[in-house]
Amino acid sequence: MAQPKNFGFGEEAVLLKESAAKFFAENFPTDRLHALVAADSTPNRMPECIWTRDLWQQMVDLGWTMLAVPESAGGIGMPAVAVAGLAEELGRAAFPSPLLGTINATYVLAAAGRGAETALMDIAEGQSATLAITNRQGSWEAEDTDVECSGGKLNGTAWFVQDARKVDKFLVSARTEAGISLYWVAADAAGLRIHPDAIIDLTRDQGHISFENVEAVELTDEGVAALSKAFPAIWTMLAADIAGAAEWLLQATVEYVSVRKQFEHPLGFFQAVKHPLVNVMIQVDETRSLVYNAACAIDTEPGAAVKYAHMAKASASETAAFAASRAVQYHGGIGFTWECFVHLYFKREKHSQLLWGDAAWHRARLADILIVAA
Amino acid sequence: MSINARKDSPQQTEFRQYCQDWLADNHPGEPPVRLPLTALEIMTEDQLNYLQAWQKSAYDAGLIGCDYPVDVGGGGRTDCQRVANAEMIAAKTPFLPNIIGLGMAAPTVLYHASDELKQRLLPRLFSGEDIWCQGFSEPEAGSDLASVQTFAERKGDKWVINGHKVWTSLAHFAEWMILLLRTDKSQKHDGLSYFVVPIRAALGSGVTVRPLIKITGETGFNEVIFDNLEVDDSLRLDEVGKGWQVAMTTLLHERGAGELQTPRSGGLKSKSSHATNAAGLLALARKTQRGSKPASEDPLFRDKLMRQVIREEALKQNQRRAQVPALLDHPMRLALQNKLLSSEIFQDTAALAVEVTGASGSLYLGDENAPAGGQWHMSYMNSYGMTIAAGTSEVQRNILGERVLGMPKSK
Ligand SMILES: Cc1cc2nc3c(=O)[nH]c(=O)nc-3n(C[C@H](O)[C@H](O)[C@H](O)COP(=O)(O)OP(=O)(O)OC[C@H]3O[C@@H](n4cnc5c(N)ncnc54)[C@H](O)[C@@H]3O)c2cc1C
Repeated sequence: MAQPKNFGFGEEAVLLKESAAKFFAENFPTDRLHALVAADSTPNRMPECIWTRDLWQQMVDLGWTMLAVPESAGGIGMPAVAVAGLAEELGRAAFPSPLLGTINATYVLAAAGRGAETALMDIAEGQSATLAITNRQGSWEAEDTDVECSGGKLNGTAWFVQDARKVDKFLVSARTEAGISLYWVAADAAGLRIHPDAIIDLTRDQGHISFENVEAVELTDEGVAALSKAFPAIWTMLAADIAGAAEWLLQATVEYVSVRKQFEHPLGFFQAVKHPLVNVMIQVDETRSLVYNAACAIDTEPGAAVKYAHMAKASASETAAFAASRAVQYHGGIGFTWECFVHLYFKREKHSQLLWGDAAWHRARLADILIVAA
Repeated sequence: MSINARKDSPQQTEFRQYCQDWLADNHPGEPPVRLPLTALEIMTEDQLNYLQAWQKSAYDAGLIGCDYPVDVGGGGRTDCQRVANAEMIAAKTPFLPNIIGLGMAAPTVLYHASDELKQRLLPRLFSGEDIWCQGFSEPEAGSDLASVQTFAERKGDKWVINGHKVWTSLAHFAEWMILLLRTDKSQKHDGLSYFVVPIRAALGSGVTVRPLIKITGETGFNEVIFDNLEVDDSLRLDEVGKGWQVAMTTLLHERGAGELQTPRSGGLKSKSSHATNAAGLLALARKTQRGSKPASEDPLFRDKLMRQVIREEALKQNQRRAQVPALLDHPMRLALQNKLLSSEIFQDTAALAVEVTGASGSLYLGDENAPAGGQWHMSYMNSYGMTIAAGTSEVQRNILGERVLGMPKSK
């Protein structure tokens, strides 16, 4: 099926993106974000989990966690391009919440089939969730997990779990005799322990989750298929978040270099500053265009979704690193301080750059698809 | 603002159908000669004749100048040139040889010339019978165009022109030149005026055209010397001293940011023509043996190859997103990146191809063992024409930083 020219970005998508932008701008300007998450500057501070439950509840009430769920399963059934628009605004606000984790879970649950219906009901009722599917090495392959399941009990540890202390449910992948199955586990299940990680990003929390004889409900025994089907959306939404955050970094830096004067000129007069910022803009635009293309493929050209999502996240990871680097550099000494807001985005982008596969990993996978061995 | 990509109006729908029908019956077929990459590398009369014949037939059929008024030889339609362009490109037609005429001279003449001049010049420009060239750059005035020194001195209702233009593409075939020159030495921008000049008619009597040889060995651009050339005042566009404003119309259209769509066809490949794109690069890497395996199996090359694949796809998706206002922060933000990105991606793809071929990358056109007959080198070298001409990449970055991001103007 051919993709629609306008990415299928229709009226509903425009409204969602605009209302998300307004929601974050009104409720959560950057100074509030900084005051909330950056109170403690000690380098070896204890792992923190700081967020605003009241705003999260509003987001749930707005239906944002059910956007990607098909209407037939009780969801809102928005296309991936619309969800990407929301994710972009989320990134622009660097908003701490389990929104992407929960949306990711809905993509996996939708791909998991009938066994996942009750889990989707939990989300419909306002619960949050996150994926616990990564091993100690941080492999992004669907087959790799350090958790096992036998006799209906989970044992082992899931690593690099996003927003681990915010969520109600974990979507866990575990090895069984037959292969990889997926499980739906409550955060307060007996035998489950959350070990917070000390991470660089102040706008997220992360942890590893240990399971000791944890009773678990199996969602599907086709875990690899369900995860593989959901991965394009997971990569694309994170890429959209990255693009939004990178645009914030770009605009903040452009504003700064247009005001700050040295050598009788605003800094942006100097091409050693101006041209790299244009390059940041070019990369942000590259990522955005690839994001909407990948999202549109998820909606209308599923056979090409993996390929295009690899492109989007490969591009996004480069953009994250480059935009973050230039923003700190061109803010000069002030950009090197805790007090300047830039570091919040710098750190979120560094985290996002690596999460769900860095640029080299996505390019390697893309090459496996495009270069069929002779 | 419409949230949807632009849809065809009824006039456009009808016209699209007409173009498709006409093209189905009137494609000029396989060229009898090897075609160069673009009109700027046309070297022989044979190439030119074939391409001029194509342009004339497309014009006679109404596919060129569609949006210009009828009384200057246009089609009198609204926003139909892009329809014709899309159909001509889809039909893999040859490119149009008179690109400077169509892309730069025509809109400038339309907006700034007298009615009489428009009616005299535009029909033969559209048909390609008169090839046009652009006399802007000089030895001492390149990126800093407003410093041109070619001078016209008034003598009654005539002007006497002396000066030196360089890099003048197509001047060796051109009947006409758009010419930016100085009429007042005491002011920079406000001392400029703009003329259209029949250079071919004046060859040997005030105009000398000398070919310059490019790094590829090809010709295509020239230097043009004016030695007491007399031209009539009626060939001046707009007022004396308004040359810079007129030149802005030219440059705006050259950068694809003007109001009028430039007629464009293309896509036809002659037998030995060569596609400098990621697909060509991947094919090359698959068949190039490096050590015991193809270059395409080497992880480092795979990474570099994928970078080019991704950039090329991104450019394509930029062009798509540029038509969706709801996904644009600034109306010119993507449009103004287009020339910069396409030329730099082309350059890097060609450079990587040369790198992939290893030792064989030393071989050029004259060597039978040269990969792709040496065409990758040709493309790589020609890519610098793209990153230098029509506003260098550095000048493009200035424009993007200033007009789109709003940073202060650099010198
Ligand atoms: C293939 C080809 C075809 C051409 N055809 C035509 C034609 O038909 N008619 C015509 O009039 N001209 C033509 N040109 C000329 C072209 O427009 C000029 O070459 C171009 O504007 C650059 O000017 P220059 O060569 O004098 O380089 P310069 O302006 O001297 O620039 C040299 C280098 O310095 C950089 N530079 C200059 N100014 C700045 C600045 N402010 N900031 C940062 N970097 C800067 C440039 O980017 C470039 O890298 C053609 C050129 C080429 C290569």
